[in-house]
Amino acid sequence: MSAHDHHHGPAKGLSRWLYTTNHKDIGSMYLWFSFAMFLLGGTFALVIRAELFQPGLQFVEPNFFNQMTTMHGLVMVFGAVMPAFVGLANWMIPLMIGAPDMALPRMNNWSFWILPFAFAMLVSTLFMEGGGPNFGWTFYAPLSTTYAPASVTFFIFAVHIMGASSIMGSINVIATILNMRAPGMTLMKMPLFVWTWLITAYLLIAVMPVLAGVVTMMLFDIHFGTSFFSAAGGGDPVLFQHLFWFFGHPEVYIMILPAFGIVSAIIPTFARKRLFGYDSMVYATASIAFLSFIVWAHHMFTVGMPLAGQLFFMYATMLIAVPTGVKVFNWVATMFRGAMTFETPMLFAIAFVVLFTLGGFTGVMLAITPADFQYHDTYFVVAHFHYVLVPGAVFSLMAAAYYWLPKWTGYMYDETLGKLHFWLSFIGVNLLFFPQHFLGLAGMPRRIPDYALQFANFNWISSVGGFLFGFSQLILLFVVIKCIKGGKKATAQVWEGAQGLEWTVPSPAPYHTFETPPDPSLIKAQ
Amino acid sequence: MLSKAKLWLSLALGTLIFWSAGLHAAWDLNMPRGVTQMSRDTYDLHMTIFWWCVAIGVVVFGAMLWSIINHRKSKGVQPATFHESTKVEIVWTLIPFLILIAMAIPATRVLTAAYDTTESELDIQIIGYQWRWEYRYMRESMDEEEVSFFSVLSTSREEINNDVEKGENYLLEVDRPLVIPTNTKVRFLMTSADVIHAWWVPDFAIKKDTIPGFINETWVIVEEPGIYRGQCAELCGMDHGFMPIEVHALERADYDAWYAQQQENVRQIQQLAGSAITMQDAMAQGEQIYNRNCVACHQAGGVGMPPVFPAIAGSAKATGDVAVTMETLVHGVPGTAMAAYGRQLNPIELASIITYVRNAYGNSTGDLVQPADVNAYIQEGQ
Repeated sequence: MSAHDHHHGPAKGLSRWLYTTNHKDIGSMYLWFSFAMFLLGGTFALVIRAELFQPGLQFVEPNFFNQMTTMHGLVMVFGAVMPAFVGLANWMIPLMIGAPDMALPRMNNWSFWILPFAFAMLVSTLFMEGGGPNFGWTFYAPLSTTYAPASVTFFIFAVHIMGASSIMGSINVIATILNMRAPGMTLMKMPLFVWTWLITAYLLIAVMPVLAGVVTMMLFDIHFGTSFFSAAGGGDPVLFQHLFWFFGHPEVYIMILPAFGIVSAIIPTFARKRLFGYDSMVYATASIAFLSFIVWAHHMFTVGMPLAGQLFFMYATMLIAVPTGVKVFNWVATMFRGAMTFETPMLFAIAFVVLFTLGGFTGVMLAITPADFQYHDTYFVVAHFHYVLVPGAVFSLMAAAYYWLPKWTGYMYDETLGKLHFWLSFIGVNLLFFPQHFLGLAGMPRRIPDYALQFANFNWISSVGGFLFGFSQLILLFVVIKCIKGGKKATAQVWEGAQGLEWTVPSPAPYHTFETPPDPSLIKAQ
Repeated sequence: MLSKAKLWLSLALGTLIFWSAGLHAAWDLNMPRGVTQMSRDTYDLHMTIFWWCVAIGVVVFGAMLWSIINHRKSKGVQPATFHESTKVEIVWTLIPFLILIAMAIPATRVLTAAYDTTESELDIQIIGYQWRWEYRYMRESMDEEEVSFFSVLSTSREEINNDVEKGENYLLEVDRPLVIPTNTKVRFLMTSADVIHAWWVPDFAIKKDTIPGFINETWVIVEEPGIYRGQCAELCGMDHGFMPIEVHALERADYDAWYAQQQENVRQIQQLAGSAITMQDAMAQGEQIYNRNCVACHQAGGVGMPPVFPAIAGSAKATGDVAVTMETLVHGVPGTAMAAYGRQLNPIELASIITYVRNAYGNSTGDLVQPADVNAYIQEGQ
């Protein structure tokens, strides 16, 4: 090993991780962090499912139950799903566009390292006098202001830090994609994962300041005598919801657009066939992003908006089905007449398409305003958004982990365990969430610690599914550790049908890649 | 191993519960069709969009399944090379668009009808509180007695804590239901005294948020007499799951008789408000009121859940100056879940609960507060 190479290797010990500016190290830290948060948020969910296993109060007090639903939502959205996608972006975007690293490596380090502090602060509220946030992850005022526990201030600062981390991460992604593409990597040759992340990053920069604004208004209402959201002082509780959902709706697409990119990479690989319509996929993603800014009030159909407002938001929301449909049809057309194999990433990707589409169907149903009056704030909504987020976003993350693990570690993962993990997760997730449709339609409101007797049957099925799904995730942890420690050596290509620059570097990807730009002939149209 | 053990345990327990709760347990899969024109229209919309989704699902998942079965490498197929087709892209953009237009038309019609709150024959104000509902019937003239009352969960804490068997309407029953006449356009005017709640009765297809500082409107014409149940749908704090809605729809004549009786009750209470009560009556009635209104936060035995919900046993507010106890009960504690009971309870009830908290759970002031004292206190404040 020459002195030159040695100089560029990773530092030893803890300082490697504390001071690193390497996109692969930072990507790995994001992924580990998000997995830890996934297990923590999952533990909160199991407390909820344990309490709902049968009617009556068994394990927790209603106030603690509300803290669990709140913390589950916050930790999963801001701690598990979002950082996992940022971790993948860190690892894969430079490799996919032939760049040596992210554009802003020091900021990259900072945007990761503030996250553990944000979540330490958030989780510490559970141990504070008066308990942690108990007003739901949507924290509607005035429940989250005038009537909130004292720990709400820590929640506000934690959200500020998470938002700062997201904004910095997004600036980094945009700067990297727009400035650091290898010669020949035109925008319309970029892998769809890069495209979806570019659009997601713009969404984040647009809406995170709104979230920061709304929590700051809460802070002022609580501590500095303002009345933004207090009717008694001339304020407007509905204003809170408009601001929150102006952030919140793009936020849910922030959690799904990169998933589209992942699935659009995996399906062509294992179908051994080009993506059916690359251009229309790009345009569909951009359309969804645009629409995400003009549909927010469909979360608020019951607040008493004027009829014209209701109709506008109903029509705009229904429109989302069109570009989303284009995406689903394209995936199916890609699979059609391919030569498919069904390794674990492909299984997760196919399950993604099917179950995300189910979540899409209930989404269209929810758009129909009069029907939404019945669905709103029931378990039907819980089933809907868990279908798009768990077998949607989370399954895409698992697909991504299995797909790129050989590139990251240099070893093939254990396929048998991978498939076991898939099938247990698939069965568990459907047992968990499918009966919740029935519960919601039969009239069970969400966020209740106890329920009427007619909801008992489907609740216990759901709880059984919850525990099955939850404990199955330990298999993933085991597979990843086993794969890091060794196994069958992976080739650079890894998968027979894989396309893209990341498969031109050795497995494991060296600490530094693309220090010189790749040969332009390696860059092919998608 | 833990997961496996838990799973079997869950399955075994689940089966047990299914059998034991089997009498009440239901396997309802769908939304109720309800008892109003609005609820039937909503149900029809729901089913139409559902069948559209099923149809699209059959096509999409069918094509996927066909490919998965037939186009697999293990069958020795060669992948096709086709891709990109503007024609196909236009087709699968247009078809969903047309389906959505077909859905938007009836949805717009139903929604427009739902917003027509004009020409109501009876107006009822619904006010959400942590964690109960108040119903106020709008009077024809100010000379009439105002009929208004609070509606509180009547399921006992013993049932919730699994100490006794749960009743048929567990968590869906109240002490005083809302009563409305059938075949009458009833308009609801909704607001809240604290946080946002949502008033929802599935059989009416009505769900509307009650928001402090706003008055939301909705309406219903119930065709069939009967008992209809619902729940608060918007997270409103600790006991969000424990503030159900119970509506009794009566034939017009029965309703009118009920309403006249309510007015008569108001008159009687006004007359009784000046009379004295005994210690024994005050303690007995106080205990009832405590178990209905106070026990959720202050807990059995008055131990509370510090620091959020203070104890009553030994509390300075309950054992010190009687004026302080009265102030807390009558005006509540702003910014906390402690409601102002001055309007929720009548003077006799207020006198009873004040006497009760000053003499129960080890508190022993020995005071007997009279309705007249409460009236004097309230009038002094005005």
